[in-house]
Amino acid sequence: MSGRGGAAMRLRGLVRKEFLQIVRDPSSIAIAFVMPLVLLLLFGYGLSLDVEHVPVALVVERPSADTADFVGSLEGSRYFAPLAVPGMRAAEQALLEGRVDAIVRLRADFAARERRPGGAPVQLIVNGIDANTARLVEGYLDGVTTAWLARRAAEHGERFDAPVAVEHRVWFNSDVRSRNFLVPGLVVVIMTLIGALLTAMVMAREWERGTMEALIVTPVAVGEILLGKLIPYFVLGIGGMLLSVAMATWLFDVPLVGSFWLLLLTSAVFLLVALGMGLLISSVARAQFVAGQVAIITTFLPAFLLSGFIFEIRNMPAVVQVITHLFAARYFVAIVTTLFLAGDVWSVIVPNTLALALMAVVFLGMTRLRTRKRLE
Amino acid sequence: MWIRILALVIKEFITLLKEPKSRAVLIVPPLVQLLVFGYAATYDLKQAPYALYNEDPGPGGRRLAAMLRGSSSFSEAATVSSIDEVAPLVDARRVLLLIHIDARFTRDLLAGKPARLQVIVDGRNSNTALIAVGYVRNVVGRFNREWSGERGLPAPPAVLETRAWFNPNLESRWFFLPGIIGILTLLVTMVITAMSVAREREQGTFDQLLVTPMRPVELLLGKALPGFIIGFLEATAITLIAVLWFRIPLLGSLATLYAGLALFLLSAVGIGLMISSLSVTQQQGLLGAFLFMVPAVILSGFATPIANMPAAVQLLTLLDPLRYFLVILRKLFLEGAPAASLVHQLWPMAVIGLASMALAGWLFRHRMA
Repeated sequence: MSGRGGAAMRLRGLVRKEFLQIVRDPSSIAIAFVMPLVLLLLFGYGLSLDVEHVPVALVVERPSADTADFVGSLEGSRYFAPLAVPGMRAAEQALLEGRVDAIVRLRADFAARERRPGGAPVQLIVNGIDANTARLVEGYLDGVTTAWLARRAAEHGERFDAPVAVEHRVWFNSDVRSRNFLVPGLVVVIMTLIGALLTAMVMAREWERGTMEALIVTPVAVGEILLGKLIPYFVLGIGGMLLSVAMATWLFDVPLVGSFWLLLLTSAVFLLVALGMGLLISSVARAQFVAGQVAIITTFLPAFLLSGFIFEIRNMPAVVQVITHLFAARYFVAIVTTLFLAGDVWSVIVPNTLALALMAVVFLGMTRLRTRKRLE
Repeated sequence: MWIRILALVIKEFITLLKEPKSRAVLIVPPLVQLLVFGYAATYDLKQAPYALYNEDPGPGGRRLAAMLRGSSSFSEAATVSSIDEVAPLVDARRVLLLIHIDARFTRDLLAGKPARLQVIVDGRNSNTALIAVGYVRNVVGRFNREWSGERGLPAPPAVLETRAWFNPNLESRWFFLPGIIGILTLLVTMVITAMSVAREREQGTFDQLLVTPMRPVELLLGKALPGFIIGFLEATAITLIAVLWFRIPLLGSLATLYAGLALFLLSAVGIGLMISSLSVTQQQGLLGAFLFMVPAVILSGFATPIANMPAAVQLLTLLDPLRYFLVILRKLFLEGAPAASLVHQLWPMAVIGLASMALAGWLFRHRMA
């Protein structure tokens, strides 16, 4: 066995072989570069939780000056696209067919009941299936109604004020653009895919084809084989990450408040976890079909659903919250959204990075142990 | 002809199920995922931690604070006594909200001037932020009504009355669970079919199949049926869990549900086979399935409404079979929609399914590695 120089040469050979495989198989390139591009474009332009121009059916049972005034307010709001319908039957039909998301109904006695105690009801019927949109619609209509009341009172020279008025400020994302947190969250999903899915398949392929045994009989050490796999995909993953960050900041105007270098550093740690997970999966599964299935199960959907990217972890039941701690995406989502929107908040970054580092050590260590055991 | 197809189907099942590991990854994970994701996928605020900064010495502030404390949506995680203490709490994500009742609160209330309640919310997830503000507004609205009622203050001439159809408590889980059924069914079916032809190509056995007396149609059916059958069983199990465990109401007819499922599976299997016959290795097959599946989930309207997407992207969603199936699932489960109203969701899936199957069959012959 040659010394240090030999090790470096062997490693270089392995890395070169892996790079050639990547370049010659378009599917890895697709995952590393085309997918981030496509996903970010789709997500960035397509995904939005900001509701505007909600189609609502408007039923005015007895038009009067007051109802016309209210309808004017509703039409003026950028949140609603009212569609006047002749009666409740037509409105219900439109709601069932999905042409409108809600019905706003001013009853025949609207003008009369305005002068009575209790007030006239502005009736809102929402399609509760999409509960989130339904809530937003209710909030917006409440805003329209309150503004209308205040304006009318002012016109009559009265003042009408609710006893308590809520003033809210949204920190870190003052225009409340959902894109600002969806795009950084997407960076996490993409890096998880590149890291875990690709490496899981690649190692399993060597086992399945028997080329792993061929590698073992060469003078290459186990650590070198693993490093030879890690390095190329690490480079690929960092490339995908840089592309995503560039698109996020330049194309989608997501502010990067925190430090770029900190983002790069934490991404590197996260990538090690993802790669370690991929290697571990393949060393356990060995068949590509199984490795691929396990990688999908443990990466894509958890990164999407259990990471706090879309669904707030705090709203989940305690048991599920504990489960989320097993997925690296959870820590990285906290880091990435904080770095992008809030800045270098050490109280978030340090503990989450430590958790990631620990996971990286565990995954890579276990892979190392397992691989050696199988070989002897 | 049917005997040959049957033989191929049996062979496919043996490949899929002979290994314990491969058997396990097919059956267990979708069920576990449904349980975990079923609980995870919710926008409803539960015990959201907030910091209270109450400068008001009077009873008004105390009363409002008590109402907040009584709401199950919030939990008081900290009380602060100066505005400087707030930023570190919010930054570190220890609290989602700060509720600030200023020193003049009770005085203003009693004087009939609008009393101000300041809310600062962590916008790192802007959706959660808006929901939280909405919840605070609800609590304040209740406070206002009680206060005005007790003091005989003039009530506003118009009030908003909301009713939610099909989901009276606006539980977002009812919205997401049918969606998860669709996603998991897609996942299982796609992975099986996307790997099936690719595996044979990689091992070189597909060329052998091509020289057998089997016609392309028979090959296609033989490759399509296993994914279809497994997807069918898996979807049934998942639906049972959703109904029996999560207690999601299933108001519509089972026949319509299964008609929708059959067409959805047809399109999923078709696309899976198409990807599979394009790939030469299993890795390409799986990654290809992924390249289809990730956008398919995102564009389906699962987490964010299709109506919020720009027009060009909305057009793209028309190619996504999951989009139609999600509408069917949600409408059947919660609205109990009649079959006739779902026709416009059913036929596009049939078209996608037949077109992709035809293309896959053509690719069998014309793409030789």
